[in-house]
Amino acid sequence: MSHLSARPENPVVGEALPHESAVLHVTGRALYTDDLHPRTKDVLHAWPVQSPHAHARVTQLEVCAAYEIPGVVRVLTAGDVPGVNDSGTKNDEPLFPDEVCFVGQAVCWVLGETLEAARLGAAEVRVDYEPLRSIVTIADAIKADSYQGATRTVRRGNAMSALARAAHTFTGEITFAGQEHFYLETHASLATVGDDGRVFVQSSTQHPTETQEIVAHVLGVGAHEVTVQCLRMGGGFGGKEEQPHGFAAVAALGATLTGRPVRVRLNRTQDLTMTGKRHGFHAAWRVGFDHDGHLVALQTTLTSDGGWSLDLSEPVLARALCHVDNAYWIPDVEIVGRVARTHKTSQTAFRGFGGPQGMLVTEDIIGRCAPLLGIEPHELRRRNFYTDGQTTPYGQVVHQTERLVRAWDQVTSTAELERRRGALAGFNAAHEHVKRGLAITPVKFGISFNFTAMNQGGALVHVYRDGTVLINHGGTEMGQGLHTKMLQVAATALGVPLSRVRLAPTRTDKVPNTSATAASAGADLNGGAIKDACEQILARLRPVAAERMEVPVEDVRFEGGEVRAGERSMPWAELVHTAYLSRVQLFAAGYYRTEGIHWDPEIMHGTPFKYFAYGVAAAEVEVDGFTGAYRTRRVDIVHDVGDSLSPLVDIGQIEGGFVQGAGWLTLEDLRWDESDDPERRGRLTTQSASTYKLPSLSEMPEELNVALLERAHEEGVVYGSKAVGEPPLMLAFSVREALRQACAAFGPTGHSVVLDSPATPEAVFWALDEARRAYRPAVPEPTELGHPVQVTQV
Amino acid sequence: MVSIRLTVDNVERTAEVEPRTLLVHALREQLGKVGTVVGCDTSNCGACTVLLDGESVKSCSVLAVQADGSTVDTVQGLAQPDGTLHPIQQAFHEHHGLQCGYCTPGMLMRAVCLLSENPTPTEEEVRHGMEGNMCRCTGYQGIVDAVMAASQAMSDSYGANQSSIAEPAGVAS
Ligand code: FES
Ligand code: FES
Repeated sequence: MSHLSARPENPVVGEALPHESAVLHVTGRALYTDDLHPRTKDVLHAWPVQSPHAHARVTQLEVCAAYEIPGVVRVLTAGDVPGVNDSGTKNDEPLFPDEVCFVGQAVCWVLGETLEAARLGAAEVRVDYEPLRSIVTIADAIKADSYQGATRTVRRGNAMSALARAAHTFTGEITFAGQEHFYLETHASLATVGDDGRVFVQSSTQHPTETQEIVAHVLGVGAHEVTVQCLRMGGGFGGKEEQPHGFAAVAALGATLTGRPVRVRLNRTQDLTMTGKRHGFHAAWRVGFDHDGHLVALQTTLTSDGGWSLDLSEPVLARALCHVDNAYWIPDVEIVGRVARTHKTSQTAFRGFGGPQGMLVTEDIIGRCAPLLGIEPHELRRRNFYTDGQTTPYGQVVHQTERLVRAWDQVTSTAELERRRGALAGFNAAHEHVKRGLAITPVKFGISFNFTAMNQGGALVHVYRDGTVLINHGGTEMGQGLHTKMLQVAATALGVPLSRVRLAPTRTDKVPNTSATAASAGADLNGGAIKDACEQILARLRPVAAERMEVPVEDVRFEGGEVRAGERSMPWAELVHTAYLSRVQLFAAGYYRTEGIHWDPEIMHGTPFKYFAYGVAAAEVEVDGFTGAYRTRRVDIVHDVGDSLSPLVDIGQIEGGFVQGAGWLTLEDLRWDESDDPERRGRLTTQSASTYKLPSLSEMPEELNVALLERAHEEGVVYGSKAVGEPPLMLAFSVREALRQACAAFGPTGHSVVLDSPATPEAVFWALDEARRAYRPAVPEPTELGHPVQVTQV
Repeated sequence: MVSIRLTVDNVERTAEVEPRTLLVHALREQLGKVGTVVGCDTSNCGACTVLLDGESVKSCSVLAVQADGSTVDTVQGLAQPDGTLHPIQQAFHEHHGLQCGYCTPGMLMRAVCLLSENPTPTEEEVRHGMEGNMCRCTGYQGIVDAVMAASQAMSDSYGANQSSIAEPAGVAS
């Protein structure tokens, strides 16, 4: 067992604890960023002037009339920016643009004494536009050759010649939708200026360091002039990794110009129309199988819808390309990826970060090809699993595949899949208009940022003279329970009770140069850093304890708030006090970087991931043949979180991730106006919760069983744990595949079901209707009901 | 501006509001009750749920003037003055009925109303009764568990009170 992963006796990690802020949450005392403004004096409120065009040049901006509105204090425009007029890191996202690239983009911002004054002022700003040609769909972008960023290829062997040799080859296409984060707390920032002109921005951000950098470059000052703090977020899911920066910059700019605190808080429609979402993708593919149903080759081209700017599209694409294989060994592969440029919001990080999109392609292929091969989908999946020592298409050796097999077998037996498949066949035979489907799907998800440099974490640990401990680390809390885990890590590392340790909010002036709290890596990176800081302090305390207790240094142990050596012991607080008097430093900065990873983004090759997280889910659905309406009857999950740092937190992440994934794949239906009407084109038509369907209690599986995989110690990670934030989202493929199988049950054996994503009841209806029509192949199909491309045996 | 009087979390308050001001904004911005939050603005998410004269309402779809003369209970008044948590708060805390916590105030207030109407709901009834409140983090499992546990705890303590009335302490010997 490694030093990093080994647990002492009676560790605080591993205890099933409630969320560290749970008491604050249930009493309404927990503060979110926008709760701060009512307790701040003289706050100005900001309202954006938003573009009605998908693409247009701003020919004139006339702001005078806004100042006629009582209460309007200032209109912020490009001319006010002392530094760089850009809200991103790639210089392609002007904060105050002279060319608008999506409906809803902010042209300028109005500051008012009240939100209402700012709103009315914004309505008075006159903007003249010269409309330009716009591209709304991925298909149009492909047609127009509208791309941004680099095209990347993951290649191994020779997919073309392997396809030519394959016993069975199939080809197909799929276009699937993005997803709105719908964190319940919308974007918010509050900026104030200190006596020395330094700016303090409180922001709902997953990436305080980058928010700080963007604010600094907009203001034209050094990073040390700007402090960003994130108290907590009401959800993030990747949507607050890159998107908060511009809003923080507007607040900061307004505050420096007026000398007053400025609040930017988006209402829901603004949030939906201004901020990025999960990338939708298009994929075209050719796949080959041998006589036994083993995958032998895959050639696919993935095109993501990047929206108007590059944002995180390139790393999202890289992760997508690295997850097309999911859990399956494919000897000859060519996976090409490119980012389309369209006139939509800038698509961005979302839980899974491209991984789910990459996996969807292959899970869709297997689901469509299984009936054509005459092999049960679960059998086809299982038959193609990686075995240890095989490499991924991008060159990483795959380990721990026995975990995947164990999880698969555990779900198969605890969920009684064999018995239920029999029962289900009986049910389907007995019911003409209602059919059930039962599917099991695997997840293999790589942990670490693809971009190697981001795999570092920092922490600050203070031990005060009374023995209490205050920790600070670079990660942010968005509900995922990171702070809970970090408190447990610190208490374990120092051998003190949890009650001795407190955690201070994430701030850039405490821990600098932090990575985004993303890629599920928050606990791995910051936990490693906290442990490092704690161990530095213990290394200094040990000689003091040895001298005091008259024992050899190596005998000194820290446990449960006591310092022990053989029979002797002394209280922790007493040792700390003694150490202080002996002039021993009682605080430390900790640092961690993930070892053993490397990545060449040019050739898409290397070992980008520290390890893989595994999981398996089985889902059973029931579909109504008249309407396509369905319900999820039962879901069983076994998921690998290593040795859990905090089991309640981890189970919560698995349940929540699964439901969010099921939302993406089955319910959440982002719609953009694709019409040519210049008044409407490019508008997000699902711009509130009344039209964008989120998973609610009524879509919960009737039965949901979640188990953590046992015997799952992870050598290379803090206290033997594994990351948990993103991987469970992809367990939801089981629901999509169960729906496909239920649809198939309406048709003849061997019918390959093409299912749209999201598989809304409407999409399910068309899919099952097509299955029913397969009984009557003589009837010519009305084209408007058909899908553009069928899976065909070539 | 209109002057309104209302009892918020057992304290008589007055506020000067515009006729157009929503109750949630009056609570947050004028009465300092920022524990009640805004999630969707369109009465879909339930994050802003409070009790208006004992009934759960989405305070983003009630005008502040409509609450004039009424009693408004928010999440901030749920615990006892000495800090003892209400059983529903205790249950959400223990059963991991929250992650980011943003939906929690609304969930709690809706659950309080649900349990006052139906003290011993089935799981089915909880799902149905809480349907108007959305959570983006938890997947709802912990929320349903928490409401069921609170129902159990409340009926246990109700039962205990009943029996202590029937058999006052000291009578049994
Ligand atoms: S904010 Fe009131 S229901 Fe969503
Ligand atoms: S806990 Fe985050 S929305 Fe419910």
